[in-house]
Amino acid sequence: MDKEIVISVKDLTKKFGNFIAVDHITIQVSRGEIFGFLGANGAGKTTAMRILCGLSFPTSGTGTVAGYDIIRQAEEIKRHIGYMSQKFSLYEELTVWENLNLFATIYGMSAKDIKKKAGAVFEALGMENMRNVLVKEIPLGWKQKLAFTVATLHSPDIVFLDEPTGGVDPFTRRKFWEMIYRASSEGMTVFVTTHYLDEAEYCNRVSIMVDGHIKALDSPTGLKQRYHAETMDEVFRIVARGAKRWD
Amino acid sequence: MSVFQSLIKKEILHLMRDFRTVTVVLVIPVVLLLLFGFAISTGVNNVRVVAVVEQHTDETKQIIERFRTNSYFTFVGVVTRNDMETLLRKGRVDAAVTFRTEKGKLKHQIIVDASNTNMAQTATAYLESVISSGNSIPVVINTLYNPQLRSAYNFVPGIMGMIFIIICAMMTSVSIVSEKESGTMNLLLVSPVRPYIIILGKLVPYFMLSCIILTLMLMLSYTVLGIPFSFSVINVIWVTILYVILALALGLLISTIASTQVSALLVSGVMFMIPVVLLSGMIFPVENMPLVLQWFTCIIPARWYISAMRILMIQQLPVGYVLTEVSVLSGMTLVVLILAIKKFNAKK
Repeated sequence: MDKEIVISVKDLTKKFGNFIAVDHITIQVSRGEIFGFLGANGAGKTTAMRILCGLSFPTSGTGTVAGYDIIRQAEEIKRHIGYMSQKFSLYEELTVWENLNLFATIYGMSAKDIKKKAGAVFEALGMENMRNVLVKEIPLGWKQKLAFTVATLHSPDIVFLDEPTGGVDPFTRRKFWEMIYRASSEGMTVFVTTHYLDEAEYCNRVSIMVDGHIKALDSPTGLKQRYHAETMDEVFRIVARGAKRWD
Repeated sequence: MSVFQSLIKKEILHLMRDFRTVTVVLVIPVVLLLLFGFAISTGVNNVRVVAVVEQHTDETKQIIERFRTNSYFTFVGVVTRNDMETLLRKGRVDAAVTFRTEKGKLKHQIIVDASNTNMAQTATAYLESVISSGNSIPVVINTLYNPQLRSAYNFVPGIMGMIFIIICAMMTSVSIVSEKESGTMNLLLVSPVRPYIIILGKLVPYFMLSCIILTLMLMLSYTVLGIPFSFSVINVIWVTILYVILALALGLLISTIASTQVSALLVSGVMFMIPVVLLSGMIFPVENMPLVLQWFTCIIPARWYISAMRILMIQQLPVGYVLTEVSVLSGMTLVVLILAIKKFNAKK
């Protein structure tokens, strides 16, 4: 592969007592790629993602994220990634602008940079008149866009999206994927987990996690060919058949 | 603006926009202080008394006159023995005194409605003193530190002990846990902010709030409640600050254990409020408790704080008299802080 690798982990394992949440997973993701990280609830997605984000340490295995070691340089990793949680978590009692400003400051942006970039983003999203509205008062779709903006304003190398489209209507979901594409075209790597298998089709490559292992990893087209399936939904059902952990 | 400043600003904005909570937090201490200081007192007023007199003498007349004039009593009248019993049973009077002359000496009996033991004890003591005063050896009572025996003096330290645990422990733990619930805590943890900055960003605003409340309470205590002002107020302030830090650390510890706001509220309520009210010596003296409970009170921070406050605020003794309390509180703060930080970091 000629492209620069931004996530590279080998034999990543995480045990909680006797329970092996993540079992020897190996992935490589290159810059600008949209990487879909699929798996049923309880398959170990969240744990794996926490390790990649520097929130948790692996029991064994090695790897780098954004060029930094996941064990020794977790703090450096945090500086170069963005993270959007599945609940579009933001401070409800703060306004749109206050939220954006707070997180941009936390990521070390200067006040001047924040003003400039936030202005551009608000304009692009058509959110200018929402600047001073409390987050708890804006609709879910806007909250989702704002959460994505908050996660990406500091232009991270990689943005981790944890089920970024949960509870949102199909139209808003498609709009959201347009934002993801735009970010990716600007060179940002997108690492996304989702439960909507039609969304998996939008990814450059997809991995399917079952019981802590990565059972399949390829482009959506490649996966469909290999499993002789019409849709990603079918692929997922074939791959995840026989899973023991499911809830 | 630095990261730390913006975190604090965020917390303050959050607090201010939650207008109801802030009002409650600022109003409750004032209301409690005034309520306990003025309205509620452990003293007993208006004890309704009747007398049963077999044979009037100068002495009985004098005693009855003293009942009539004493502001603590409402003298209902002289009645027959039968009437007295009916009155007591019906709850129309609280106490009765019967007088009988035996071999030329006046003997008396006090009958008191003890359905409220506290009141009965106090009433009995009043009656005794009114009956016995005027004859034989005069007893001069000199009550130090609180000459008027005002209950406010007793309650101010207790209420301070309670308020700071509620504000600091309860509010901090609930606000941290609510961030865990909403997921914003996760956003902070994946960000480059150091965990200790996150913790401080949570604790400092509540510390500031506590300082405002402390100022408010001290102003009320020294003016409206009339606690004598002296330089010992400086000691009161720094011992209280130590206690506030301990309460904040407890709040942090609770937040690492509780996973929902409700459980945080319950844990801080059950673990702190109830023991503080019952076992800290705020209302019931520790010395009167069974020995096992007395040992148990040693682990309740408020017990030490309230005891220190009594010495510093009411007795106004120098700081040398509260060394035990201060060292116990410091020790507790250290242990709780270490535990809380360990638990906070343990999640990796």
